[in-house]
Amino acid sequence: MSERTLEIEKPRSLKDFSFQWEWFLIALFVIINIVNSLLTPYYFTADTFLSTPMNFLDKAFLVYPMMMVIVLGNIDVSVGSIIALSSVIMAVSYNAGLSMPLAMVLCLVVSTSCGFLNGFLQAKFRELSSTIITISTQIIYRGIAYIILEDKAAGKFPTWFSFLGWGYVGKVPFIMIVFIVFTIFFAILIHKTRFGRQLFAMGNNSTASRYSGIKTENMLISVSTIMGFMAGITALFLTSRMGSTRPNVATGYELDVIAMVVLGGVSTSGGKGRITGPLLSIFIIGFLNYGLGLFNISAQVLLIIIGALLIVAVMLQNLRFDKSGQKSGAKHSQLKR
Amino acid sequence: MKNSQSSKLSDNARELGLLGFIVVLALLFQVRNPEFLTFSNLRDLLNNTAILGVLSVGMMMILLTGGIDLSIGATIAFSGMVTALTVSAYPTISPILSLAEGTLVGVVIGIIVGFLVAYCKILPIIASLGMMNIVRGLTYLVSKGKWVSAYQMSDGFKAISIGTTLGINNLILIAIVIYAVFAYFLSSTRTGRYIYAVGSSPDTADVVGIPRKRILLLVYTTMGALAGLAGVLWVSRYASAQGDTAQGYEMSVIAAVVLGGVSVSGGRGKVIGIILGTILFGMLNNALPLINISPFWQQAIQGIVILLAVISNVLIKRNNDRMTLRRRAI
Amino acid sequence: MSEYVLELDHISKSFPGVKALDDVHFELEKGQIHALMGENGAGKSTFIKIITGVYQPDSGEIRVDGKPVVIRSPLDSQKLGIAAIYQHVTCFPDLSVTENIFIGHENVSKFTRKIDWKTLHNKASELLEKLDADFSPQTVMGSLSVAQQQIVEIAKALSTNARILIMDEPTAPLSKRETEDLYRTVETLQKHGVSVIFISHRLEDMYRLASSVTVLRDGRYIGTWGLNEVSQDDIVKAMVGREITQFFPPRHAKIDGEVLRVEKLSRTGYFKDVSFTVNKGEIVGLTGLIGAGRTEVCEAIYGVNPPDSGTIYVEGKKVWNRHASHGIKEGIGYLPEDRLKQGLVLDWQIYRNVSLASLEQFGKRGFMDEKQERQVAKNLGEKLEIKATSVHDKVSTLSGGNQQKVIVAKLLTRDMKVIILDEPTKGVDVGAKTAIYEIMNHLAEEGYGILMVSSEMPEVLGMCDRVVVMREGRVSAILDAKNTTQEEILQASMVLYQGKPETTDKQEKKNEQKVKEPQS
Repeated sequence: MSERTLEIEKPRSLKDFSFQWEWFLIALFVIINIVNSLLTPYYFTADTFLSTPMNFLDKAFLVYPMMMVIVLGNIDVSVGSIIALSSVIMAVSYNAGLSMPLAMVLCLVVSTSCGFLNGFLQAKFRELSSTIITISTQIIYRGIAYIILEDKAAGKFPTWFSFLGWGYVGKVPFIMIVFIVFTIFFAILIHKTRFGRQLFAMGNNSTASRYSGIKTENMLISVSTIMGFMAGITALFLTSRMGSTRPNVATGYELDVIAMVVLGGVSTSGGKGRITGPLLSIFIIGFLNYGLGLFNISAQVLLIIIGALLIVAVMLQNLRFDKSGQKSGAKHSQLKR
Repeated sequence: MKNSQSSKLSDNARELGLLGFIVVLALLFQVRNPEFLTFSNLRDLLNNTAILGVLSVGMMMILLTGGIDLSIGATIAFSGMVTALTVSAYPTISPILSLAEGTLVGVVIGIIVGFLVAYCKILPIIASLGMMNIVRGLTYLVSKGKWVSAYQMSDGFKAISIGTTLGINNLILIAIVIYAVFAYFLSSTRTGRYIYAVGSSPDTADVVGIPRKRILLLVYTTMGALAGLAGVLWVSRYASAQGDTAQGYEMSVIAAVVLGGVSVSGGRGKVIGIILGTILFGMLNNALPLINISPFWQQAIQGIVILLAVISNVLIKRNNDRMTLRRRAI
Repeated sequence: MSEYVLELDHISKSFPGVKALDDVHFELEKGQIHALMGENGAGKSTFIKIITGVYQPDSGEIRVDGKPVVIRSPLDSQKLGIAAIYQHVTCFPDLSVTENIFIGHENVSKFTRKIDWKTLHNKASELLEKLDADFSPQTVMGSLSVAQQQIVEIAKALSTNARILIMDEPTAPLSKRETEDLYRTVETLQKHGVSVIFISHRLEDMYRLASSVTVLRDGRYIGTWGLNEVSQDDIVKAMVGREITQFFPPRHAKIDGEVLRVEKLSRTGYFKDVSFTVNKGEIVGLTGLIGAGRTEVCEAIYGVNPPDSGTIYVEGKKVWNRHASHGIKEGIGYLPEDRLKQGLVLDWQIYRNVSLASLEQFGKRGFMDEKQERQVAKNLGEKLEIKATSVHDKVSTLSGGNQQKVIVAKLLTRDMKVIILDEPTKGVDVGAKTAIYEIMNHLAEEGYGILMVSSEMPEVLGMCDRVVVMREGRVSAILDAKNTTQEEILQASMVLYQGKPETTDKQEKKNEQKVKEPQS
């Protein structure tokens, strides 16, 4: 044996390079808040930063699982529909006599099943892209919601139910506490566990992952199921905030969530990303919305901005990852999405 | 020759199957409700499906290249809104100009989507998802949240969709012309065949020297043009332009096209197929209320149709591959 | 006035680290079917790529019809009337035969505004009839068998008025009957004045069709002979005869007890009735020509692409591997053939690649312990002498040999019983090769059973105890490495011609050809 030794410590240069994108996002966040503060007095109060997020944190629960989906190299446009269906079933079953806690459990069961179905279809029909599968299920799930509730609303929930979306624990909104818990959970899951490691392996090179013994089909199903579950969580909080539900709720949620993930530095070709990016994006887009509201800009203009943001974010990621070298083999082709 | 005969049959099997299914379904509906196979009902059906037909051609070409476009509903709304606003401000404008205006609006949107997909290498689902929202937002902006209703539209404008030319409803006529033009384009011109080639094997297309990016740009631009045209027809027909016009309509178009045998992975599909698919789809929408199924079932049925159609394509291909392997005698 | 339609003189071509062609000479007569033979890696494919304009030679001259030419691109090659047909047909599977033939060749067809289908189909029909095809030009390409698709490829070549046709292993995917059909097609081509360079490992093909044969070995031109003057043995000897200069470390392992046994393993379309054993401490070679099914057999044993029938025993216990994770659990490790696509995550660091197949071992209760990963990677990396600075180095920056070592390290993170190595030294430089051989010996000494797929004869003879030879999906021989020769192995890999080559009229005429003296 020769003298050759291998270094174990992480090289200096690598450490400096890593968080560049997040610094950019932080800067963006700061700018937005500065602009906002010019529009309204008393902006920089604890109240602003604690209460405003209540408006957008329900959507935030979807961002982490969507990040996992995109890291895998897939996409899921059915989340809004899953929210609608599980929310509608919860409302209808509660109004039909089921106890509220059970109705809430039912909501989660339905949403998780929807997610499971998404994953199952993708695993069994690998020839089909996640695009076409989730487009179909998007239509089906919301379609079922329409069959159940037609164009009516359902609600009349018990008063305590609104605590979810509106309640505070001390000075901190309940939803924010739950959000922080999930953030910690997903940060650990994605970056510290074997599951997360397998996720990135598959997103980078699904063939090598399979050859190394990673159960790729199971991973697909797991990720989709988790997405379904979190959609149910979103449904709970969203419905709680609105006080009632209809089949057309959460329309367009997928756009916002995907935009948040991509803006957060996760590439659509898969295999790369860090949770800090999307986490920051949630607040960037959230406070951007808030600021636009201060400007009296309508919700529709927001659509334009988010749409443009999504496109710009993807272009930026394309540029970013094109420069830093080739991907290893076995990626889906551009067309098979 | 044996091989060609059997392949001809299997080539057209799908279309024959669809036709058969349409006939059977029509008879079933007729049994449940004798109102179905009446001249006026059928004419209504065709009128309703005409717009779907116009759009299906564009979506077919996009699917042929292996892409997808979710922005067409928004394009319809935007082009419809712009044209309607123009007409309400300048009532004397000729309907032909309105049609041209709408189409042009669609072209611009299509070019942008095509550019994003072909040259910026953005996934079609994301590019069209983003544009869908941008254009929908623009629709609301431009309309300032207000509707344009019938009394603001000139009679000439409303006549675009309701009027007849040579005894045939304008809508149906336009659909027929579009089908004919594109059937010819796709089967008999070099560019048309290139569209199939790009979807069938993008790598081979590069090797052979087909200008893939330009083809993609063309395909999305054409879809935009057709969506723009459809926008004018839509608001003319329903005599109303709203912010949420045609919301989600892209799904119906995808369903009709997939039902008509166009493969989502690209390279396969026939115009005759999408004509049948559109008719079948229109029939479902028309007949369901007639047999007392609430329109709220429509969406779920659409989704199931798409899912079953793409899954059956996969299963058929798997079977074919298995057959090919067996032929390799070891 | 040259009787040769194509000549190559003193052609050399090098790539970083390897001399693919070294002073090669070749002559193709008008209307001749000329066979080109050589083992895997002899330089045949580089040869073709130079003729078809994909590569440019470093030195030497090419002459077409006696005139020197420079072929800078595939387009140049096509203009000179050269066309090539490969094993893997690239086509548009959803388009018709006619379109596949004429698309991209606008100058040949009537591609005006409106496509004149009638004329195109007719032209395609003519071509197909010339080739005795049994399908119509309207048929969808994807529904044709490989043999039929090949005919379309040939038709495509004819449609560009090719006069020189190169056919690279065209019979490899064909059945016996389809092969006969192909023979007839090639003879028809010859009748129409096309000269053919026919590359095949099947001596039968050669004797049936060709009038001359040229042999390449290790990038060098060995000789050209008329087929009536040389025996199969001579040809085989010419293909393998070489001095073995590679040093193979001495083997000390004690062979003791069966560790892997496969019985009648079959997978439709890939291999059939494959049976052999591997013992502890033994290195068994799995050899054969490309397409023989070696990798597929390995993947079946490992579990990545399970077989349709047959049984696998590991240490006497029957195993049922339907997924790579099963194979790993049973103690089978696999170093894949395509190390970039199947073996490594190129964007990742060494330590993350090393742990990839045994993630559960690095951490407790589902968590990953990166410190442990890095430590293990360091230990294994140093033991295997991986040339890198740090375990954080990206695998994409390593040389081929070191990349292989990373994959070996990956396999060593678990207790294996059997290690399957698929072409472990392909694309690896000499120094790293020796290192890999030493690792293999060491593993054998530690009691592993090793199955090694290899196309390199010296390696097979130098490293293996026994050799399983596959031919077209079946095991054709199991030989004792100490008592066999390269020739014997090659003969078992190839499809031999049963009986004397027939002399037909054509062959009589060819007997008057000039022949080059064989070089030693």
